[in-house]
Amino acid sequence: MPERKEKYKKVAYYHGCALEGSGQPYNTSTRAIAKKLDLELVDIKNWNCCGAMEVKNVDPEIQTYLSSRVMSLAHNDMGQDVVMAPCNGCYHNLKKAEYDIANKEKSREVVEKISAKADHPKYEAGQVETIHALDWLKFGYGEDELKAKIKGGLKGLKVANYYGCMYTRPRHIFPEKDQGGDSDSTSQPHYMDDLLAIAGAENVDFPLKTACCGGAHTLSDSDTSTKLVLNILQAAEAAGADVIATECPTCHSGLEMHQIRALKRMSAETNVKVIYFTQLLGLALGLSARKVGIHENVSNSIPMLKAKKIA
Amino acid sequence: MAIHEKNLIRPENIKTHDNLVIDGVDVSGHWSTFIETRVVTDYNEQLQEEIAALPGGEYIHRCWQCGSCTNACTVNAINPDFNPRYWIYLIRMGMESELLRDKEIIWQCVSCNKCTYACPRDVVPEGVMKATAHWLELKGHTETTPSTIFDTIFTDQVVNTGKIEDGAIIKNFLLQTKQPLIQDWLVQMVKQMIWNLPIKFLMNMGLATIFHPRTKRWDKTRDAIREHIAEEKAAERAALGLDAAE
Repeated sequence: MPERKEKYKKVAYYHGCALEGSGQPYNTSTRAIAKKLDLELVDIKNWNCCGAMEVKNVDPEIQTYLSSRVMSLAHNDMGQDVVMAPCNGCYHNLKKAEYDIANKEKSREVVEKISAKADHPKYEAGQVETIHALDWLKFGYGEDELKAKIKGGLKGLKVANYYGCMYTRPRHIFPEKDQGGDSDSTSQPHYMDDLLAIAGAENVDFPLKTACCGGAHTLSDSDTSTKLVLNILQAAEAAGADVIATECPTCHSGLEMHQIRALKRMSAETNVKVIYFTQLLGLALGLSARKVGIHENVSNSIPMLKAKKIA
Repeated sequence: MAIHEKNLIRPENIKTHDNLVIDGVDVSGHWSTFIETRVVTDYNEQLQEEIAALPGGEYIHRCWQCGSCTNACTVNAINPDFNPRYWIYLIRMGMESELLRDKEIIWQCVSCNKCTYACPRDVVPEGVMKATAHWLELKGHTETTPSTIFDTIFTDQVVNTGKIEDGAIIKNFLLQTKQPLIQDWLVQMVKQMIWNLPIKFLMNMGLATIFHPRTKRWDKTRDAIREHIAEEKAAERAALGLDAAE
């Protein structure tokens, strides 16, 4: 898709709250890849939280407004027509806001009312296109071009690709998916698999790609989260994976946190490592472990990566 | 919606007789098990409307009880009592007292949206679960759940500052739910993090706890959001026939 290649070369970058806190390594590695591949990320100035998973439970339209403000900044202040959000939560909420503003009268009314009071132009449906870091790399750089850039790669690394909930559900907010051709699938997503295969990894057959890690209740109902995470970790190990590749800071932190909690509270030990897909891709592009923030992860994957001569 | 509800047949309503003869026919043994007659008179005919008045519950009337939601449900897989299809049935039938039997677990929905994905009628069962959990709280049937405490802390911080700082959220949540700040798994996690982290990263995290991240020129936005939420909450209470004030 040559037009997408042109369009995604310079994008508004919405990293969101998590990537400044617990999800920092995702931010580090995304920026390192952008630099390496000469893709331009323009930070959205004076951004706000998209509403995450919590605000909608207090008031769904406020969540829509919060996400709309980010898209309004990208369109009106920056003149950008593409917003790239690596966090599944941000990506999901911007997509949901886009859908709701296009289709629900009440969402439009609330966005208009609060935008006016807050003194900024309201966001209107269609002003920006929200994409995930997966779309950005797959189409903004291109798979053939990426293949040519891979140094050493991830040879010998068995990867379980874990997409989580918010990249594919609910289906209606992702009208571009399930369209055949090179669109991603909501039941069997494969963009991460595609990119890591190019990077030389061996993708294992992983049945829990879109299972839930219980992220919404990671603290409020920790035992449920631990059970759900343990399922995912054990399924990945049963599939023979060395690593679970992630694309969401909530999933990633959840897997790391409940891997420890499962050991402490349920005496269930798992050794599969948890690494952001951007970190793996960065390593395959010849970036150092430090450059992609491997040391910022909780689970220590350095000995395993060294043994495989990847880091 | 004539669904034969197995859940409504409970052990205390099943009567067995070792020796039973009806009309001269010996029906002892297997054939002597009966379900006691049960008459329901305490329907809450407003129940579906009350749930539909809360955010997420709007489309409950569309349900035709196919059970795709429960079949797809993440929480049902680890707790068979967590049954969205059944709760939607009870709400639509107005069987409030039956619904209240499960009041302590309804809030445990993890919002994975597998139900919403599977639903052929766009009921948005995930939304119905949230609406039902809120209904239980508003009506005073349950205490404020840990989920709502978390959502409230989180939303307050976003509304007040525009941004989230995860350290503060974790601390406030553990304090408000009266849990010790020192959790064995949390300690282990911090240990593993410190072991690997560069000083700069730790300093950034430390600084974030002192100088909370915030969006600039947020005051007007904050006030507009607060005003909107207050209006919505008042409307929800009114729809449930509750006093305007909490």
